[in-house]
Amino acid sequence: MAALTEEQNLLKEQAKTWAGEEAPVAKFREMRDRKTEAGFDKATWAGIGELGWPGIVVPEAFGGVDMGHLTFGVVLEELGRQLTASPLLASGLVGANALRLAGSEAQQSAWLPGIADATAIVTLAVDERPHHAPYGTALQAEKTGAGYRLSGEKKHVLEGGSADAFVVVARTGGKPGDAEGLSLFLVEAGQGGVSSQRLTLADSRGYANVNFDGVEVGADALLGSEGGAAPVLDQILDRARAGLAAEMLGVAGQSFDMTLDYLKNRVQFGEVIGGFQALGHRAAECFTKLELTRSCVEAALQAIDEAGDSHSQELALLCSLSKAKAGDFLHHMSNEMIQLHGGIGVTDEFDAGLYLKRARATEATFGNASFHRDRYATLLGY
Amino acid sequence: MPDSTDALETFRGEARAWLEENFPKSIAHRGSELIGMEHVAEDADLDLWCQRLGAKGWATPTWPSEYGGGGLSQLEAEVLRKEMSALGAFNPLTVKAGMGITMVGPTILEYGTEEQKQRHIPPICRGEVFWALGYSEPNAGSDLASLQCKAEDKGDHWLVNGQKTWTSGANIAQWIGCLVRTDPDAPKRDGISFLILDMNQPGIETRPIELIAGASPFCETFFNDATTPKGELLGPLNGGWTVGKRLLQHERASQTGARGAGGAAAKKSIHALAKEYVGTDAEGRVADPELRTRITAHLMNAKAQNLTLSRMIAEARGNAKVSATASIMKNAASDVSQERAELAIEILGHSGLGWEGDPFEDHELEAVRHWLSGKAISIYGGSYEIQNNIIAKNILGLPESTQRG
Ligand SMILES: Cc1cc2nc3c(=O)[nH]c(=O)nc-3n(C[C@H](O)[C@H](O)[C@H](O)COP(=O)(O)OP(=O)(O)OC[C@H]3O[C@@H](n4cnc5c(N)ncnc54)[C@H](O)[C@@H]3O)c2cc1C
Ligand SMILES: Cc1cc2nc3c(=O)[nH]c(=O)nc-3n(C[C@H](O)[C@H](O)[C@H](O)COP(=O)(O)OP(=O)(O)OC[C@H]3O[C@@H](n4cnc5c(N)ncnc54)[C@H](O)[C@@H]3O)c2cc1C
Repeated sequence: MAALTEEQNLLKEQAKTWAGEEAPVAKFREMRDRKTEAGFDKATWAGIGELGWPGIVVPEAFGGVDMGHLTFGVVLEELGRQLTASPLLASGLVGANALRLAGSEAQQSAWLPGIADATAIVTLAVDERPHHAPYGTALQAEKTGAGYRLSGEKKHVLEGGSADAFVVVARTGGKPGDAEGLSLFLVEAGQGGVSSQRLTLADSRGYANVNFDGVEVGADALLGSEGGAAPVLDQILDRARAGLAAEMLGVAGQSFDMTLDYLKNRVQFGEVIGGFQALGHRAAECFTKLELTRSCVEAALQAIDEAGDSHSQELALLCSLSKAKAGDFLHHMSNEMIQLHGGIGVTDEFDAGLYLKRARATEATFGNASFHRDRYATLLGY
Repeated sequence: MPDSTDALETFRGEARAWLEENFPKSIAHRGSELIGMEHVAEDADLDLWCQRLGAKGWATPTWPSEYGGGGLSQLEAEVLRKEMSALGAFNPLTVKAGMGITMVGPTILEYGTEEQKQRHIPPICRGEVFWALGYSEPNAGSDLASLQCKAEDKGDHWLVNGQKTWTSGANIAQWIGCLVRTDPDAPKRDGISFLILDMNQPGIETRPIELIAGASPFCETFFNDATTPKGELLGPLNGGWTVGKRLLQHERASQTGARGAGGAAAKKSIHALAKEYVGTDAEGRVADPELRTRITAHLMNAKAQNLTLSRMIAEARGNAKVSATASIMKNAASDVSQERAELAIEILGHSGLGWEGDPFEDHELEAVRHWLSGKAISIYGGSYEIQNNIIAKNILGLPESTQRG
């Protein structure tokens, strides 16, 4: 298990306090009830920008603090506990890593400072079907005289309705299913031919289907090499998965804490229900699984930091492990939370349902447990 | 012998003829809409069917005909059920009557006075009245016996004060069957009575409860000096615990069919959904082998649940009593149903998380609501854990658990 440094512990405290005071779950509920178009609260996002968190993995040269993924994970976990909704993950982690790992100097200086101070949202547009399948990309990027023409649709893009720019996974060669022939393009939301349709999902966050209808981009929109994006895409996605797993760990951890609290306070048959062995054992099992999940998530984040800008099979294994474990545990924990709260657990007034809904949405994002078990086996060569 | 094979075959012919003549074919496939508590769109043919079925007494086939029931034997009722499903016919009155047919009616038939039967049973048989059930209170859920809502004897009537919660359909109910405390000094279970109240009176107010799946038919119900005549006490004074427990057995028995067939899965099988949303390999199998295995395991679980239900019905033939095995079936049914809803959500991927709006198909939006509302199956009617306690104690003969070593 990764032991946090003193600095990381301080940040954890800061994030915990800030989320509890400035962006608690009550605020998320309020945002949901207002049906905010963006799927996040603008003031909350600005507040996160002031704290500098969107710049945690952005190099100092581009306005970030370059403190690494384990540090980012600490923040994501604490925000996950309160279900705080913001583009922090989509832009600060995924968008920033796409630029950091694949972007040219010019692209980085154009976008990273905005990401770091939360004035720009850059998100990854990858999936085209209801399930995560990066190599399944069909969206075409045809070579034109001046650059490329993009045609196709991306589904369920995180913060797709409020993004200023998309890192679009496109096909310059090969056919859907192939790793060969994938390329990344940086496309601004305001560019001709780009349109998005806001989606309202059960978890009330910001998603959109984004359509690229013959979008003309220059050669300078290409991020990295033409046709050879698969390895760097995997690397970007692995960082996204480990970061999302940290958020999920927070969601699960809070679900656990709330449930434990209920078990200690709800009285039936003249005793607190946690005294019933049937329930005490389940709490104990949840706690055991929580600890196992934490180890996987922190190990993945720490390994990312230790690897610098390189990637390895061992690292990929850890990222898939953390996403699969976080998915399984959060799934289990969110169901247990409802069941152990009894009737109150299924009322909208109580927060359990919000955790359950976030759980399923995060499970499905960047590969569910099934996807990652399969990937784990494939990486191990069987 | 009334249930001889010949007699049953004769009855089968009669039943089929009557159904052919009276069941409007236009509504043949709307039965699934009636699952659970969902409200059903107005439909003249559906109304007509309700009237005909009610007048014939076949919405309550085994209830005595003198009170408006069908007067059929269990075996005849089974024949009727099969004939109905063969035609795509269904019994909408179980929903129209609220808890009337599944729970309150059988209890009144068992414990009611002649006068109570005359008053309450015929309108239930005809589907004219909706019944709610007032058991749970904020601090009396699993521990129902700690209920506090009280009824005082005022000579010719009872005066009721207190609060109930989770009263399904209380906002539209004409009648409610309540457990109330009539002797505050007696040990918990000995001071409770079963009381019937008219919902249309100023002393009763209801407030809806919104669920994680959205609006719901469940309510909080408040009694402020509500009244009911003395004659509306069901069963003995302070003997309500026994009456109430009996009703719960009927409730469980009514919840033993897996409800998982609702929502997305009702219109398409779970494997068809998987083929559509996850894709297939060269041999036409679900592309994700792990998911395929889990779907198969689920289908086997569902089959086992179904076979067990059939076996229990067969074994209970001629014996109308519901037993503790209802607890087994309730838990097995909630397992199957929740498992299916979870699988459907996973199979639909992001499309299965749509909450509202055009980009999602109706069945996708139904799947997410169905998954969420299904979370309550293992909580209401005695939670999963409480059923397990009942199984351990009443079936397996294990002692009441001592909690600490
Ligand atoms: C959708 C819905 C509809 C309902 N409809 C009705 C209705 O029409 N009429 C009505 O009267 N009530 C109704 N109920 C109420 C329902 O019966 C109660 O919610 C249920 O009995 C559980 O009580 P509770 O919610 O207070 O949970 P609690 O009793 O507080 O239980 C909390 C948790 O502790 C567990 N637990 C409690 N005691 C034990 C024990 N001894 N051993 C092990 N575990 C234990 C429970 O299983 C649960 O997981 C409905 C509930 C729901 C959710
Ligand atoms: C391979 C092996 C090696 C061993 N080596 C040693 C050794 O080197 N030295 C030594 O001293 N002993 C040893 N033991 C003995 C071991 O410590 C006991 O078997 C163990 O403590 C369980 O006791 P029991 O077998 O009497 O089971 P029991 O205590 O009778 O338990 C039976 C079942 O009831 C459960 N149970 C009991 N109490 C509770 C409770 N309060 N709540 C919930 N569940 C409960 C148990 O978990 C178990 O499932 C060994 C046993 C085995 C199998």
